Amino acid sequence: MDLNNLDSLQFFYPEIVLTGVILFLILVDLVVVDKRWVGYFAFAGCLLSLWATLRLYVAPEGWLFHRMIVLDNFSLFFKVVSLVAALSVMWISFSSREVRSVHQGEYYTILLTSALGMFFMASSTNLLMAYLSLELVSLTSYILTGFLPRNRRSSEAALKYLIYGGVASGTMIYGMSWVFGMTGSLDYARINEVLAPGGMNHLTLFIAFLFILAGFGYKIVFVPFHMWSPDVYQGAPTPITAFLSVGSNAAGVAILIRFFFPAVSRLGDEGNWLFLTGVEWPHFLLYVSMVTMTVGNLCALNQQNVKRLLAYSGIAHAGYILMGLVVLNNEGLKAMLLYIIVYLIMNLGAFLVVVIVANATGREDIEGYRGLARRGAAIPAVCMAIFLFSLTGLPPLAGFVGKFFLFAAAIREEFYYLAVVAIINSVISLYYYARVVKTMFLDEPSPADQQVLMTPKDSALLGVLSSLTVVFGLYWGPLVHYTNESLRFFMK
Amino acid sequence: MVPLHYYLFLSAILFAIGAAGVVIRRNLIVVLMSIELMLNAVNLTFIAFARALGSMEGQVIVFFVMTVAAAEAVIGLAIIISVFRHRQTLDPQEMLLLRW
Repeated sequence: MDLNNLDSLQFFYPEIVLTGVILFLILVDLVVVDKRWVGYFAFAGCLLSLWATLRLYVAPEGWLFHRMIVLDNFSLFFKVVSLVAALSVMWISFSSREVRSVHQGEYYTILLTSALGMFFMASSTNLLMAYLSLELVSLTSYILTGFLPRNRRSSEAALKYLIYGGVASGTMIYGMSWVFGMTGSLDYARINEVLAPGGMNHLTLFIAFLFILAGFGYKIVFVPFHMWSPDVYQGAPTPITAFLSVGSNAAGVAILIRFFFPAVSRLGDEGNWLFLTGVEWPHFLLYVSMVTMTVGNLCALNQQNVKRLLAYSGIAHAGYILMGLVVLNNEGLKAMLLYIIVYLIMNLGAFLVVVIVANATGREDIEGYRGLARRGAAIPAVCMAIFLFSLTGLPPLAGFVGKFFLFAAAIREEFYYLAVVAIINSVISLYYYARVVKTMFLDEPSPADQQVLMTPKDSALLGVLSSLTVVFGLYWGPLVHYTNESLRFFMK
Repeated sequence: MVPLHYYLFLSAILFAIGAAGVVIRRNLIVVLMSIELMLNAVNLTFIAFARALGSMEGQVIVFFVMTVAAAEAVIGLAIIISVFRHRQTLDPQEMLLLRW
């Protein structure tokens, strides 16, 4: 199916709804006196868009808008993921003390615009669209990072993010210009046709791919494009940190898979992907994956700030996610999708507890978590322990299932070194996650530490996320089924 | 007519100057200008290829890249102003609040 602009609109409702809500919010912000309503409207709009997205599962697959974007299960999967991330982040924002001090209208408008950008990142099949969507997400993320007024840390974080992001996306579009020059087209399917017979200069193509990886890599946060992430995670408002760590990471994975698999590789008969001979990007990514998880875990060991610790743990998890890419088959990609869902749940949960503690005490350092279980916050402390152990990958939690499928995919393709490095890294990560848990349960609270109380909204979301973490650890059948169904690209 | 590779060399040099400028210059405004220079090098590559291939797509994307560059400059300057309010300096070496 290859539709023109008008016919495409009927398969474009999620984006239309989201755009409508964004415009509507700007108006609402001018009219209503009680600004909390802006957030509630944004939440309702997101739910509506989620409903429209789910309805598209029965629609035929195909190209929309003259092959600018594509409608297939893969793009729908990432639309659902970014909407779930946006919904949870809005829910967290409702009770966050940091967010209450900022302009609500702008905050929710820009948050939704970022989610809209993620929609396009997941579904673009044209280099122009890929670049524009990536920039839409980046520009909105810069604003959201620097959103806290009169907060030096937030402004500095935004500045660092902007400079890293500007350079990375500039490098990416330079690589894209070379791909365009070599293939004569911006369209993924055309690029694939031209590259398939081979005969291109391998070195030029490899360098162009490396440049493109710089742009995607800074979104997914892998080494050596990770330097911005700890600073930005620490400086940004915590709900936004949660959004960046799951939403923009997932969208980056989507755009990366979309470019490096359907666009420049060929699908073999047994679900294995054949990359262009001579252009060795998978080997490059193999080393990047190992280095990324090691750097992330080693740097996390010594962190005193929980947000910063979660940033480094996020880098390590980006390394784990990349494992699914280097095995070059559909099994690996499915494991990546599964891990993205699991990571979404457990990481949002961990950040939710950070917000709960910060709301009550205003502290983000590990010292502020001393004896949390005995300061009226036994439930958040237990949930935090669940999320952190799940991030480590201990059974019977969801993180174990996610890691199991990734490691199994690597071992089955005989990437033993990669699997060994990943397992050693998981053991290292236990140290710093367990340190937080120990501080919460075993350390004595000092008399000066405040009580930590939750709002009912927070406890509801906390209950959902922690029970999902446990349930998916015990009963992962539906999840695996969903990710298997989601790995379907529309190619021609 | 000037051969294609002249343009490509020129744009590669411009891109390298831009990338070097981001790394070495000690003034945030100049760093932003260097990023713009990188994007202009990209535009030159696109235009050169589009002309050589006789393709419209390569010329159209340049308009989009320019628009994005403008948006990025707007946001960048706004953020620089908000940083400047706190520190009264534009030297990136002074941004020491967030480290290891």
